[in-house]
Amino acid sequence: MGDYIVLAISCILINNILLAQYLGNCPFLGTSKKMETAIGMAMAVVFVLVMAGIITWITNKFFLEKLGLEYLRTVAFILVIASLVQFVEMFLKKSIPALYSGLGIFLPLITTNCAVMGVCLINVNEEYTFLQAVVASFSYAVGFGLALILFAGVRERILLARVPRPLQDTSIALVTAGILSLTFFAFKGMV
Amino acid sequence: MAKSLAQEFVKGLWDEVPPFRLVLGLCPVLAVTKSVENGIGMGLATTFVLVCSNVLVSSLRKVIPSKVRIACFIVIIATFVTVVELVMQAFAYPLFLKLGIFIPLIVVNCIVLGRSEAFASKNGVFRSLLDGLGIGIGFTLSLIALAAVRELFGSGTLTIWVTPIQIFGPSFKPFTFMIEAPGAFVCLGLMLCVMNFLGKK
Repeated sequence: MGDYIVLAISCILINNILLAQYLGNCPFLGTSKKMETAIGMAMAVVFVLVMAGIITWITNKFFLEKLGLEYLRTVAFILVIASLVQFVEMFLKKSIPALYSGLGIFLPLITTNCAVMGVCLINVNEEYTFLQAVVASFSYAVGFGLALILFAGVRERILLARVPRPLQDTSIALVTAGILSLTFFAFKGMV
Repeated sequence: MAKSLAQEFVKGLWDEVPPFRLVLGLCPVLAVTKSVENGIGMGLATTFVLVCSNVLVSSLRKVIPSKVRIACFIVIIATFVTVVELVMQAFAYPLFLKLGIFIPLIVVNCIVLGRSEAFASKNGVFRSLLDGLGIGIGFTLSLIALAAVRELFGSGTLTIWVTPIQIFGPSFKPFTFMIEAPGAFVCLGLMLCVMNFLGKK
């Protein structure tokens, strides 16, 4: 049990997917202008990432490794993720319309979110067991949401500040992300 | 199409240079630019995938039904990424280890899918080839630029191929902040600022 808590903390804070592993930065900058969109994206990522983590782990263990097809991993994973996203979208539209309209346009965008693919690959590279993979996927997703929501809060404040023209928009956002990343950097060496 | 063939190529080098102007595909940009060598490797790998997928997508653009086009593009891109992965494992293994999961992640690099969708699926084969080449080289150059700044101040060296070249000599105290994650964000932000400043008319 203790191991899983350590794994979770290290995935959420120390190896934060956005700020320490540099994965998923396009949605990080793209959806952080407003708090609402940031929350929507964070929820969608938690939802899809956990499912993708489980399914790609199974795919890898029972299909690719059994058949000796590890070299097809990239192709297989991206197909699994793309069809999973499509499936989740259709399922939610039919059965939980409230959640579907909440997640809205963020679901299809997740296919090209490298955080999802990245976590699936990390799970395989680190040779996690099934339970470890589930915990890691969930914690990475929570870390993603945490960083995204914090960042959106900061960015809303920046709108009120006077920023020199060349630094405006993406440029100041990246510098802010750097400072946020510095705070997460302080967690290094905690575990 | 008002643009000439040469313009098609050149636009990728400045007007639409990917990480700065389009703000796409930031993850590899931030992650691999710890040394110039990594930047060159990543840039060339991405260029190869871009050119090949652009050519294939544009030659198949009349065959692919528009409803399933994204899935088709992704399969095409993933195929070429696998090719790059296997070739690098065979011929540049140390570099492959350094770039780690960012080689398979070229699949989800928004630049590649973005060019397939926005350009190659609407234009001819030769134009798409030039477009892919231009964007790819622009991407490589910006990776090299960012990596050069970060490596120079972060470890006082420049690594073009395998062995680091000392620039500041042994008395230089590395500014390690630059090669860590926070430095990557700040450095890219400031470079974007410089580009905005220069590009302002």
